[in-house]
Amino acid sequence: MNEPTDARLLRLHSADNVLTVIATLEAGETIRVGGDMVAVAARLAIGHKVAARDIAAGERIVKYGAPIGSATRAISAGEHVHTHNVQSDYIPTFARGEGAHYEHAQP
Amino acid sequence: MTGYARTDGRKGIRNVTVVVYLVECAHHVAREVVQAFRGEEVHLLGFPGCYPNVYAHRMLRQLCTHPNVGAALLVSLGCEGFNRADLLAEIRATGRPAGTLVIQETGGTRRTIAEGREWIAGALRQLADTPRADFAVSDLTVGTICGGSDATSGITANPAVGRAFDLLVENGARVIFEETGELIGCEQIMAARAARPGLAPELIACVEKAARYYTTMGHGSFAPGNAEGGLTTLEEKSMGAYSKSGSSPISGILKPGDVPPRAGLYLLDVVPDGEVRWGFPNISDIQEIGELIACGAHVTLFTTGRGSVVGSAISPVIKICANPETYRRLSEDMDVNAGRILEGAATIEEVGREIYGRVLDIAAGGRTASEVLGHREFSLVYKSFEPLGPACLPG
Repeated sequence: MNEPTDARLLRLHSADNVLTVIATLEAGETIRVGGDMVAVAARLAIGHKVAARDIAAGERIVKYGAPIGSATRAISAGEHVHTHNVQSDYIPTFARGEGAHYEHAQP
Repeated sequence: MTGYARTDGRKGIRNVTVVVYLVECAHHVAREVVQAFRGEEVHLLGFPGCYPNVYAHRMLRQLCTHPNVGAALLVSLGCEGFNRADLLAEIRATGRPAGTLVIQETGGTRRTIAEGREWIAGALRQLADTPRADFAVSDLTVGTICGGSDATSGITANPAVGRAFDLLVENGARVIFEETGELIGCEQIMAARAARPGLAPELIACVEKAARYYTTMGHGSFAPGNAEGGLTTLEEKSMGAYSKSGSSPISGILKPGDVPPRAGLYLLDVVPDGEVRWGFPNISDIQEIGELIACGAHVTLFTTGRGSVVGSAISPVIKICANPETYRRLSEDMDVNAGRILEGAATIEEVGREIYGRVLDIAAGGRTASEVLGHREFSLVYKSFEPLGPACLPG
């Protein structure tokens, strides 16, 4: 298995397609992802995520071995994975309210 | 490893004497009784309310008959609603030394404190002869909670606890995770881990109830789209907390005071049933720890990023620090530095095994940081629960 050997990136589960940044990465630095060297486009703080491989639009984002949302467009290996390219697949029991509160659907 | 043998077949890793105030009005007298025994395993518990509450009674019964507890002294003012006679009978039925002091009958503050101290001194002499029995990992019940979380919690300490939970289950222990309000978004994943088909909808219902309750309370901490610390979706945030549960099948659901019937992983549902009343489901981490202990937890694994200092009455709390910077600042309060994972100095697997080893050390009589520092926090306030449904526990 081609594990990223970049010590600044952490894979939490073998099924994950994202890696977690564990040391702040500055713009212009290069990171090694799946054997490729990728330039960091903008500063990434600890806890942010990058793609472990190319991810197609609509594909599930998997972290902790579990889906945490879906890609809203194609994401290339090493690219920042965040709200600009991922949306919640939140289960239909709950709806997203405008004021950033979850509202429970009427039974 | 040996433990304290109890008449119900369970075994304790501590032999604590508890002093229990049954209404806030008796709190001072009970505390004064305990203060004469600094350095001994004499812990203070209590319930502040004057009105009776089924949940509070059940909590105190389960705590006073917890395997880590050897004896119990109840301190009543005399007029409160708590059914002290029933509680005393329930504790005595287990063979534990138990007594009640009613301040109004004993004759006031000084006399009650003096009689209480005398009673405790006698109980401690009796407890010196508590029989011991072989204690195995399969005798252990371990709970987990996260508090003071930050962006590192879900990538270091929580998954390391999950690994320790897997090891505990493999070795026959009962393990319990909770915080259904912070599992919103994980219900489908959780349901897929149900050990029986009938359990899956019950797991989903637990989380739906939590979402409903918190929404009614106007609690804002479950907001989606919160990008702080790199969290992209609510599912991701919840998964951070959920990773404490490890990867074992989920054997059942508990409510506070329910003891897991056999080895495996259980979800403790701490959110009250019925209409929203009494306030927030959990006023602080402390009451959640008390609820894990009421389910039989001998030890609680507490993960924190920002840094909590708490311990608990009755059962030791092992604190696992997720953030290496916090660990350096609060190291005297921490038992395990999971922040090393971020620094590349350890793997989740290694820290998971370290936590597992620490649980065994503590069970064998080693002391946690919070025990050494004298932390014995306790909190109990009103709640209401309905009994578990038939699908919630293994048959």
